[in-house]
Amino acid sequence: MRGFCKVLLAAALFVASTGLAQARDQVKIVGSSTVFPFSSFVAEELGATGKFKTPVVESTGSGGGHKLFGAGMGENTPDIANSSRRMKRSEFERAEQNGVTDISEALIGFDGIVIAQNKDDAPLKLTLEQLALATIAEVPKDGKLVPNPYTSWDQISPDLPKRPIVIYGPPTSSGTRDAFEELVIEKVAHKLGSYEKGYKKVRQDSAYVPAGENDNLIVQKLAKDKNAVGIFGYSFLEENQDTIQAATIDGVTPSLDTIAQGTYPISRSLYFYVKNAHYDKIPGLKEYVELFMSERMIGDKGALKRIGLVPLPADVREKARQKVLNRVKLTKDELQ
Amino acid sequence: MTLPTDPALHARRKAKERRFKTMSYAAILVAGVFLVFFFADILRQGLPALKQAEILVPIHFTQDILEYPESSLPPEYVPLVSRGVVRLFPNELHATPKLLGSTQERWVLATADVDQFLKGKPNRLKAKERRTAERLQSEGRLRLAWNIGFFTNGDSKLPEMAGVFAAAVGSVYVLLVTLAFSFPIGVMAAVYLEEFAPDNRLMQIIEVNINNLAAIPSILFGLLGLAIFIQFFGIPRSSSMVGGLTLGLMTLPVIIIATRAAIRAIPSAIREGAMALGATRWQVVWDHILPLALPGILTGTIIGLARAIGETAPLILVGMVAFIPQPAASFLEATSVLPAQIYTWASDSQRAFVERTAAGIVVLLVILLSMNALAIFLRTKYERKW
Repeated sequence: MRGFCKVLLAAALFVASTGLAQARDQVKIVGSSTVFPFSSFVAEELGATGKFKTPVVESTGSGGGHKLFGAGMGENTPDIANSSRRMKRSEFERAEQNGVTDISEALIGFDGIVIAQNKDDAPLKLTLEQLALATIAEVPKDGKLVPNPYTSWDQISPDLPKRPIVIYGPPTSSGTRDAFEELVIEKVAHKLGSYEKGYKKVRQDSAYVPAGENDNLIVQKLAKDKNAVGIFGYSFLEENQDTIQAATIDGVTPSLDTIAQGTYPISRSLYFYVKNAHYDKIPGLKEYVELFMSERMIGDKGALKRIGLVPLPADVREKARQKVLNRVKLTKDELQ
Repeated sequence: MTLPTDPALHARRKAKERRFKTMSYAAILVAGVFLVFFFADILRQGLPALKQAEILVPIHFTQDILEYPESSLPPEYVPLVSRGVVRLFPNELHATPKLLGSTQERWVLATADVDQFLKGKPNRLKAKERRTAERLQSEGRLRLAWNIGFFTNGDSKLPEMAGVFAAAVGSVYVLLVTLAFSFPIGVMAAVYLEEFAPDNRLMQIIEVNINNLAAIPSILFGLLGLAIFIQFFGIPRSSSMVGGLTLGLMTLPVIIIATRAAIRAIPSAIREGAMALGATRWQVVWDHILPLALPGILTGTIIGLARAIGETAPLILVGMVAFIPQPAASFLEATSVLPAQIYTWASDSQRAFVERTAAGIVVLLVILLSMNALAIFLRTKYERKW
């Protein structure tokens, strides 16, 4: 029995010792799955070419990332949170309460959300309003809101094809879904009136199929099902030009140019957030941020463009760069 | 006594038996077809990843490449050569300064697009780049070579550089931790329950709960691991220690159940014989029960570990589904594991990752098959019939 006690004691000591804080020499990044490929690309480049360890990049989703990021300061918390939307005021306040007061914000580029279909289909030309009417939960009728009655595109507008509405889109947990709700549904609902303020419900009947976090699955569905329409990030459209085509929205085809100029209506900004106090403690953090913000990454000819990041206009880019490199502190009033 | 011999009844009974036999046969056939189809599909997709495009380029080392590494290559080659190769030229020049001014011909990795082009798959080469590639191919400066990098590299965002090595190392670490945690505890718990425990209500509750635990969805163990190991004990996120302990929790009930079954299969004559000679309970367990039950225990353990090595869901919660290209050097360092690696590749937008995803699955399947083969080997070699 004495030997057994010794083993137990050793095990307990071992577990306790692993809990002791040890100096971290590796940048830790969490957050959006949309920013994840860009962030890991920069991390890899830093690790491969410099003297620093490759930063660890975790894909937790924007919300999950802010939760971990704002949990506190110190080596057990991430240094950077990637985000496919701006930080929310509530997230900032929570971070502040936990001692994360000095945060700087980096705007890195745009991402377009595309509406795509099988390549062999007749071209689909939608307006933002038609798209919203096909996906919204309720539509106004005789001054009242009724559950969305549309089951075929030509019911929305006679010039649209006679095709059943089958939309594969992101599930509620996804940042792409948040952006779609805000940029399409909320905007159109506001314009149409007769909705309460901030209405952004997506229909839940069989016309809208939440297709999971993996956009490749939606692309595969579109390749097989000619009736279906899919909603996903721009980079997947670029990679799969041989099987799918994009619908035009308000007459604009999604492309690097139209998204960057803002003429394509469904585009969003991508960000990351840094804890300024961690610069002194974590080796490689400064270099990672500098490399990410450099022209050879996010510039017009930058490496991230190849994997789907839409570059910011040159002047906006320069301003965003100065802001994060000078560690300008983010304030609550900037956020909503 | 004579059996009733009604020929009609006899024929009906026989027919029933034949029908039943046919149906069982069809069932096994269906299962087999699914399996064959799955393997064939995965192999068809994954095998091309064993070859990778290489390109013979002249590299000109000048002072300029420190600032613009691409300037070391003739311009028409630049879009065809992997960034993973070009970005290392400055470091190489720093390490061996005497390269300065020299030109070297070398086979280097081509981009994933060139690779996909050579394999006849969709790619994003521009018309001009494709013409260059075709010309280089006819000149013998472009070839498909064995893809050793897939087994020696870690993860990468450049599909042509990505490999399973770091994830495989991570899987080994995680498995070691899982084994070290769940084997001793599982076996001891089972020995207690079978050999020492009184038969009362409390023990029955424990038994039912252990059986229940074995059937719980694995993601719940992830939540438990997050709460206990990361938040309470403060073990670093994404480390093989925390992943291994989490999977250890999951494997524990499997080992307990397997061990109990193995112990129960030992005839009580062995126990009684030893006790009749004056052996203590401890001696009976240590000298007789455990050695005889060991083949069964090991089989159960290996099957439990095989389940653990293919698990992703609980590891998402403890931060192991992440981009971690370097193999971990210790149990506390961040690491990825094979199934997490496959998951990351499957969700990447770049098409060249499709074949790597399938190849990763093949690697995982080979490991699982060898573990199960080991379990069968141990069982047949050491099992005793009474």
